[in-house]
Amino acid sequence: MMSLMNALPGAVAQGLIWGIMAIGVYLTFRILDIADLTVDGSLGTGGAVCIMLMLTGHSVWVSMAGAILAGMAAGFATGILHTFMGIPAILAGILTQLGLYSINLKIMGKANQAINVDKYDLLVSLRFIRNVAFHKNTIFVVAVMIVLVIAILYWFFGTELGCSLRATGCNDKMARAQGINTDFCRVLGLMVSNGLVALAGALLTQYQGFADINMGRGAIVIGLAAVIIGEAIFGRIFRNFGFRLLGVVFGSIIYYLVLQIVIWMGIDTDLLKLLSAVVVAIFLAIPTWKGRYFSTTGKKGVRCDVRG
Amino acid sequence: MLEVKNISKTFNQGTVNEKKALKNLSLTLHDGDFVTVIGGNGAGKSTLLNAVAGVWPVDAGQILIGGKDVTKLPEYKRAAFLGRVFQDPMNGTAATMGIEENLALALRRGKSRTLKAGIKNSERDLYSAWLKRLSLGLEERLTSKVGLLSGGQRQALTLLMATLQRPQLLLLDEHTAALDPKTAKKVLDLTAEIVEEQKLTTLMITHNMKDAIQMGNRLIMMHEGNVIYDVAGEEKKKLTVEDLLHKFEEASGEEFANDRMILAK
Repeated sequence: MMSLMNALPGAVAQGLIWGIMAIGVYLTFRILDIADLTVDGSLGTGGAVCIMLMLTGHSVWVSMAGAILAGMAAGFATGILHTFMGIPAILAGILTQLGLYSINLKIMGKANQAINVDKYDLLVSLRFIRNVAFHKNTIFVVAVMIVLVIAILYWFFGTELGCSLRATGCNDKMARAQGINTDFCRVLGLMVSNGLVALAGALLTQYQGFADINMGRGAIVIGLAAVIIGEAIFGRIFRNFGFRLLGVVFGSIIYYLVLQIVIWMGIDTDLLKLLSAVVVAIFLAIPTWKGRYFSTTGKKGVRCDVRG
Repeated sequence: MLEVKNISKTFNQGTVNEKKALKNLSLTLHDGDFVTVIGGNGAGKSTLLNAVAGVWPVDAGQILIGGKDVTKLPEYKRAAFLGRVFQDPMNGTAATMGIEENLALALRRGKSRTLKAGIKNSERDLYSAWLKRLSLGLEERLTSKVGLLSGGQRQALTLLMATLQRPQLLLLDEHTAALDPKTAKKVLDLTAEIVEEQKLTTLMITHNMKDAIQMGNRLIMMHEGNVIYDVAGEEKKKLTVEDLLHKFEEASGEEFANDRMILAK
């Protein structure tokens, strides 16, 4: 029991970091109505750019800014593949993600890079969970960043531009009829989303003290799990957009807490990803099942482009 | 106001499903013209409206709105000149956004979207005043999600959104076809009222021949991608549904065998 208790703060810290990533997934999955698989690559890109900038003597802030920009570039690539080149969103994301594997390798020069917390001035770390000043505690630092991120997003999605992004995701036919450049909105949304994912990658790299070429594998599933758990538990309480994003972060924390408990109970850790995939698959199926077996009014708005 | 010059559009070119939807069609609307469009299924009515709206590029021809050549402009840029209401009430509004948010999107049609607030407080009075005319009680529900409204309410809201910023041309694509008769009448009355008030140039597709005769100052009948009958003024006012059926047979050499049309007598 003691070992579980000791592991929980770390799980919360990881949950918070992945919470930023999950907010990014929420933006594409829920607001733009796109399942963006770029994140599996851009998370690693964020980590790789951050660690290499730090190792070459840049400050942690510059390094994280660099990571965000790199993530936005990845989102831009997917956006162009999807809009300008007309490739379906899922495939566009997969293509970018695959390309990023090589790019991440080139950025790091090899499959992984480590950074020493004693020699570099990291913002967050495994070591900053216990026995550090409160303001240096990773949980506190990441929590503050999340509040900032949510505040900025809350403001942005209330602006004219943010509203047109939401309209694009909700009903792009209507959006174009109201003069909104839906292609531009999609690209912009993908950039913002992947910028956040890369920021999470940069934080995760510092937290674990290394960047690895495989660190983003399955990231989309973790992000979706956080979104779904957050909505399932807090969806009825949190109506406001800002609180919904907070719900997603809570979802991510819960995911990591449950994961930690499952590990403590002695499950074969090789099976963890399978478990995540199954849980997410079931939760994604719930709306369909509800509509099929329990529906009285389950009619969704028509989205297809009918000519007639 | 609207000049359509020799436009053609073929869907699925080179396949077994090839469909010549518009064949060298020309049409000119004068300022303040309210034109009703009728024709059988597949006559090209919706295709004509979509061509004007720029949903896809036309294969040939030219489209001018208010003297400006818009043939090469993408849909979202043409929106600056156009107000549009679709057949499906779900298509014209954003369901997950509030009533006032939808109106705010419409108020900014044709303007660049900046980082300024999406809705200004001062706009809310304007929206309330506009919504009151619908007498649907929507002015009390400014922040309600549009997805909670009925089809008729959404269609009325879409009509309001299309005309919130006076459009140079109003495109109505069977906008009452999916509504029950009572609601359809209400939306149609509102249409006539707004068009009259703002002196809008309007192109309205309908399957209801009576509506086509009663509304507007001009009527065109389409068949196989072209205009086969074009009537305006006094002559139009005197038309009867029988006249139209007869005209159709005369012009197309076919019987007007369309259930919806016949039922609409």
